[in-house]
Amino acid sequence: MPPENVSPEQPSPVRFRGGGFTTSPKLWMSGLVLVGVLLLVEWGTQAGWISALTLPKPSDVALTLLELAESGLLWKHLEVSLVRLCVGAALGIGFGVAVGVLIGLFSMVRAGLLPLVAAIFPIPKIALLPLFVIWFGIDEGSKYALIAFGTFTPMVVATYSAVDNVERNLIRMGQSFGLRWHSIVWKIVVPGAMPGILSGTRIAMAIAIILLVAAEMLGAEYGIGAYVLEAGSLYDLDRLFAGVLILSALGLLTSGLIAKAEQVVLRWR
Amino acid sequence: MRISTRGVSHAYGSLAVLEDISLDFPSQQISCLIGPSGCGKSTALRIIGGLEQATQGQVLQVGEPPNGCLNPITYIFQDFALLPWRDVWGNVSLVLEDHGLDQAIADRIIQDVLARTNLTDFAHTLPRQLSGGMKQRVAIARALAVNPGVMLMDEPLSALDSQTRELLMDDLVSLWLRQPFTAIYVTHNLSEAVRLGHQIVVLSRHPGRVREIITVEQPLGEREPGDPQLESIARHLWRLLREEAVAADRATIHAA
Repeated sequence: MPPENVSPEQPSPVRFRGGGFTTSPKLWMSGLVLVGVLLLVEWGTQAGWISALTLPKPSDVALTLLELAESGLLWKHLEVSLVRLCVGAALGIGFGVAVGVLIGLFSMVRAGLLPLVAAIFPIPKIALLPLFVIWFGIDEGSKYALIAFGTFTPMVVATYSAVDNVERNLIRMGQSFGLRWHSIVWKIVVPGAMPGILSGTRIAMAIAIILLVAAEMLGAEYGIGAYVLEAGSLYDLDRLFAGVLILSALGLLTSGLIAKAEQVVLRWR
Repeated sequence: MRISTRGVSHAYGSLAVLEDISLDFPSQQISCLIGPSGCGKSTALRIIGGLEQATQGQVLQVGEPPNGCLNPITYIFQDFALLPWRDVWGNVSLVLEDHGLDQAIADRIIQDVLARTNLTDFAHTLPRQLSGGMKQRVAIARALAVNPGVMLMDEPLSALDSQTRELLMDDLVSLWLRQPFTAIYVTHNLSEAVRLGHQIVVLSRHPGRVREIITVEQPLGEREPGDPQLESIARHLWRLLREEAVAADRATIHAA
């Protein structure tokens, strides 16, 4: 404030300077950007300043999707992919949580397994796909294994750090009341680790979708990944983008489901 | 049932925390352990409750716990230690679930302790919806549910604001008047000690030794704020503690 404005006779209001960089949800803006981009691409491809080799017409992609749905092939692809995703992710997340809890609880298991988990965590699991084909067969086995293996390690890491972060005073409280060991684990440690386990699941599901596509690029007749791969090798951009849209919808769906699960399981927060 | 300590000493490595603590905590009385920070009073309470092992000496349990006692030595923590995912009822029920009680009996115990702590209307409220004072009432209800022989209270009111503290002291007094319990109450707050203690044990610091044991004769129900006799005890306590408090204030933090 310039000093000439300050005079003892003239009171001036204190200017608001808080606010703290808070953000507020603006749903209409998200919609506007999405629709804007689509319209721009549609206009560009129609008018010709975006070549047909660069991007497909959004309207053509929509038509392709519609045809796919009408022919019934969409459901066939989706069904096969969803089964692979569910079985693989359930195996990986289930074992990951179990091993993570054990690492969190027992010093022996921690000392034994933590280095192993740290060693396999950074391996790009896709690189192991040929190996899995030999181990588990070219059919569903190798696809389940790839997704399970890929979701297992992040789940282990998320779970054991969640167990580590359960408030020690709650565990001490349980011990001071003479609760049994398994009561402390099931009633205090596991629910206390739930926020971390669920946010780990979110990441694991995104990885699972990426690996699903990778797995279906090898020896799969049906599945979204196979569909995208085929479209890609024929340079059929309409179908490629239709497949990508389905994958992105799949991602939104799983993250929506996890958000729902968080709402139910973490009601207490 | 009462607790007795015999020559309890404790050290973390070379740092002596407690030295030769021999105390009797009489049955159906509240004994306050008071001292400046760093006098080892919380450590003493953990040793008494078996959450930590003393390097020397013994803690003895004298006499039988009361009938229907599920956990003879029961803690009340400064930070309440409630499970945030369980409502008030569930938090109390937690400590009964491992004892194979009949559901009807467990329900009756929970109803009874919630009524005694005026929490009946909050049975299905989650901890996050409760004020600090209410949370500590839940922790007190949980401790009462196991019908303990001795309650170990580790600065139970220190996380609360001063008005809430007054209210909870009233609650503790009326709980004790209805049904006298044995408690060891650790605090650094003189007014809590004078208000609740039948016996006040003053500890010195570095290492914690028993400096003085004061018996407050006035019955719990008749202690009013501003009472000259209590004021003079409080003044006496403050004289004992002042020097130590100054030293504690100026001390650098030792690695614990």
